[in-house]
Amino acid sequence: MSVVTAAPTTTDLAEPAKPAKPAKLGPTRLSARLSSVGLNVAVLALTLAWIVPTLGLLINSFRPAGAFNTSGWWTAFSPPLNFTIDSYQHVLGASDLAPSFFNSFMITIPATLIPTAVAAFAAYAFAWMRFPGRDWIFLALVGLLAVPLQLTFIPLLTLAVHLGLTSGNTLPFGLNAGFLAIWLAHTGYGLPFAIYLLANFFRVLPADLFESAQIDGAGPVTVFFRLVLPLSVPAIASLVIFQFLWVWNDLLVALIYLGGTPEVAPLTVTLTNLVGSLGQNIQYLTAAAFVSMVVPLIVFFTLQRYFVRGILAGSVKG
Amino acid sequence: MDASTPLTVALPTLQVDWETLLTVNLPALLAVIIGVPLVLVGYIVGTDVLVRRLPKRSQPRVRPWVWVGPAILLVGVILVYPMVGTIVRSFFDRGGSTFVGLGNYTRELTDSGVLITLRNNVLWLLLYPGLVLLFGLVLAVLSDRVRYEKPIKSLIFMPMAISFVATSIIWQFVYYYRPPDVPQTGILNAILVNVFHGQPQTWIQDTRFNNFALIFIGVWGATGFAMVILSAALKGIPGELLEAARVDGATETTIFRRIILPLMMPTIVVVGTTMVIFALKAFDIVYVMTAGNYNTDILARRMFAELYQAGNNANASALAVVLLLAVVPVLIFNLRQFRAVEARR
Amino acid sequence: MGRLTRVLGAMAILALGVTACGNATSSGSGKIGGTVHILGTWTGTEKDSFDAVMKPFTDQTGVKISFEATRDLDAILQTKIAAGNPPDVTAAPGIGTLIKLAKTGKVVPLDDKLDMSQLNANYGADWINLGKVNGKLVTLYAWAALKGLIWYDPKAFTAKGYQVPKTWDELTALTTKIKADGGKPYCVALESQAASGWPGSDWVKEIVLSQSGPTVYDNWWQGKQKWTSPEIKQAWTTWGEQILGPGDSNVYGGKQYMVATTFGDGGQGLFTSPPKCYMFNQGSFITSFLDAYTPKPAAGTDYAVFPLPDVNTANAGAHVVAGDAFVMTKDTPQARALLKYLATAAAQDIWVKRGGGKIAINKQVSLNDYPDAISKSLAQTVVDTKIARYDAGDLMPSDMQAAYWSAILQFVQDQSKLDSILAHLDQVQSTAYVGASP
Repeated sequence: MSVVTAAPTTTDLAEPAKPAKPAKLGPTRLSARLSSVGLNVAVLALTLAWIVPTLGLLINSFRPAGAFNTSGWWTAFSPPLNFTIDSYQHVLGASDLAPSFFNSFMITIPATLIPTAVAAFAAYAFAWMRFPGRDWIFLALVGLLAVPLQLTFIPLLTLAVHLGLTSGNTLPFGLNAGFLAIWLAHTGYGLPFAIYLLANFFRVLPADLFESAQIDGAGPVTVFFRLVLPLSVPAIASLVIFQFLWVWNDLLVALIYLGGTPEVAPLTVTLTNLVGSLGQNIQYLTAAAFVSMVVPLIVFFTLQRYFVRGILAGSVKG
Repeated sequence: MDASTPLTVALPTLQVDWETLLTVNLPALLAVIIGVPLVLVGYIVGTDVLVRRLPKRSQPRVRPWVWVGPAILLVGVILVYPMVGTIVRSFFDRGGSTFVGLGNYTRELTDSGVLITLRNNVLWLLLYPGLVLLFGLVLAVLSDRVRYEKPIKSLIFMPMAISFVATSIIWQFVYYYRPPDVPQTGILNAILVNVFHGQPQTWIQDTRFNNFALIFIGVWGATGFAMVILSAALKGIPGELLEAARVDGATETTIFRRIILPLMMPTIVVVGTTMVIFALKAFDIVYVMTAGNYNTDILARRMFAELYQAGNNANASALAVVLLLAVVPVLIFNLRQFRAVEARR
Repeated sequence: MGRLTRVLGAMAILALGVTACGNATSSGSGKIGGTVHILGTWTGTEKDSFDAVMKPFTDQTGVKISFEATRDLDAILQTKIAAGNPPDVTAAPGIGTLIKLAKTGKVVPLDDKLDMSQLNANYGADWINLGKVNGKLVTLYAWAALKGLIWYDPKAFTAKGYQVPKTWDELTALTTKIKADGGKPYCVALESQAASGWPGSDWVKEIVLSQSGPTVYDNWWQGKQKWTSPEIKQAWTTWGEQILGPGDSNVYGGKQYMVATTFGDGGQGLFTSPPKCYMFNQGSFITSFLDAYTPKPAAGTDYAVFPLPDVNTANAGAHVVAGDAFVMTKDTPQARALLKYLATAAAQDIWVKRGGGKIAINKQVSLNDYPDAISKSLAQTVVDTKIARYDAGDLMPSDMQAAYWSAILQFVQDQSKLDSILAHLDQVQSTAYVGASP
């Protein structure tokens, strides 16, 4: 019910922000106002439906162990109130939490930067250069999205073992070799989607921009860094978010290439290990879910400001 | 009282070995954060210097390979090399020594229950991309017009940030079944029982709803993904274009149909294609929630089971090749799409 | 005093082990040093218990423990071994995969790595034979969990004047009586995510062992006894007709409750007022779930346990047990020392004292070391066990086991389809026992 009552208020607030347009449309002002109410109701209703499951998890994470097996989370607000931060205390008190946060960053940051950059290079070539077999190579890359990762584990791990890229070995600068293996693995797994997404965004950039830049004598490197990247910030920002999330939340790839020992284990491994192997103390996972969400959400909020309208607007004529 | 205890409890003590963190870990992380981009930018700038030294005529022939080279090399080693092995493997028997032709394929595709598996795959292929695109598009377009766009998008996006282990618990709190004589702990049955005075249902086990229940978990998780990308495309549409149309008196529906939709089409194809492929690969929801029981099996889960439960690489390989082949029509559709974009510019 | 001798004994064993592979020792004083890498499934409190068991080992030998936990043990282990990157020691709950690996020579035999005369003295023959593949000892067990246990609320039994059944007939009589009083005899909860169905498979295997005896049981898990054979089929119908009852009339909530309820929640019905059900079959580890209920039931007063009575008195005292198996996946001095240590009473003593339903296998561990009355009575049951057999499902190849679990779910939904369900299991059996592909 709160959805319906909330909607008109927000509309009223929104109204003074853009007074010119409804006035111009004149006769449709009433219908515009009505559709505006409908718009807000629709947006808020969908959002509510989307957050209810997560809300259940959030509330249950503050309830005592066992409470959510006997009563629904929505009953938590009827007296007697019984909330606790036990689960969070347990999760934050886990002995390997700090190193595994570090390991997660150590894995995720390069495993996001490398595929994004390599994909951007390739996407630029696919979108704006001509070379034999271009479309077919591109299509083959997209098709590789369908490769089941599980089938690559044995051949690739064998290769990594032969090359000495397993955790325990140390590379120059004191880098654990397992990290390099997992960066490369995540890069390969992420590249098909990354190239596909970026090439499609690069492809629709206006051609005359490139022509005028070339006339001015700019080389491809200059065009890439001065034109293509700035103009594709929303696409690159979304790609960075997704790659970051996939790697951050990954459990299986980390266990295969890096192993789950405390010195290399990422956050996902440490947090799932709080629960017994048969699912005892599952309440810790409710709190762990929110602890592990903090970083991805910070990344999302930080990059969200790059999703802005009109980056292209200034550069396109008419 | 119980409720007062948490307030008196001290904040959790984080066990942090600051010395290791500051002297070993942090420098390593900083080195990586600075070093990795240096290598990447260094590669592209350095190779361009080399290419410029070539005769002017051969530069355009060499340059594209410098740009796509790293991608092709990495994908070649990490995806193509194992896949070639898989394709070869799919024509040999379980021991890997005897050539059996299409034997593994016929065995997998004539197994009892395969019809239901294929039916489920079709359901996933139709509903999952369809619903993700629908909700993603609606949310991208609608949220663009409200003042509280950022919080809305953050909330819709949140499921993406939740690890899969947590996702399975979340949906237990939605779908869980308890008998009619005790209070429901799953919200769906609670609404059904308390608001509509119906009987609680076993959403995950009942073959009437379970495939839809599972697909919706996937849709819930991926809609934020579609919304963010579609929204990025929407923001790329020049504002002047929309303003001009509005000044000309076009209705919002017309603007959506005639301007927004065509301009977003390439991105819709990208998201749609990705979702179709994800639908083919999405095995973890089925694996964790039902293990393929109760008529919910899909090919990708069978492949996982063949690989790790049966240790049968041959059958798993055959299934992987079937999944790869299923993508071909989607790829042909894509080829047409970007040929069309090419022609337009 | 007894403990002191045991600790000394353990140290002596370790010292022997060290001299046996003396070339690897860096210093003569029993310190091996280095690290042993272990792959296992323990997390949470189980991992804490394991750490406690390992502490004296690390103190004595200087060997550091590097433990890696995963719930996808089959997948991770097979991948690492195939890629030539195995852990030193693996501890697995389902040993079907280990047997497959042992048959292809991927596991190091232990006959010349452990002190076999010591082991023969301290371990029951069943536990040693269980670890043998093709005549060679490959797996070692450090603790057992007892299956086939019926949990009940003694207060509820007293209130209704019910007696703990000692024989199968008494059990069926009790079932009839509870139904006549308007109650439901059993709670059965089969949901366990990707492993759903296993609690029902426990029922069937317990009945097979007690009804048809160890020979049929062994042939069955080894793939030599068909699922459609009269003995196995009889176990299913016994479970269906006598436990679940006609039209599921013996179980609380019927089919829907059985398939949709998480196994850990299945015991809740015992403690409601009036009880939703009176008996709940689960292994000894279930106490960690019972203890998490709200309000928390007290062990001994709110819940107690009795072993499932013998279906057939010819096989009296037969029990299904389980326990994580240790294998050496890479031969290192540290791994040898670790396995030797795990076989000692000193190590197992730490384990059983920490509870969690773990029962020592080493006979030197005193019954007095068990932390509470229930675990002590379970240990006593194990001591009294005449026929001990390891969990058949965990011994089967993992695809056979998965098919078994699925079959349980299909059977519960429609018992009339038993014949076609068993025929499908035979079909899986015909391929599942072929060696793993390289």
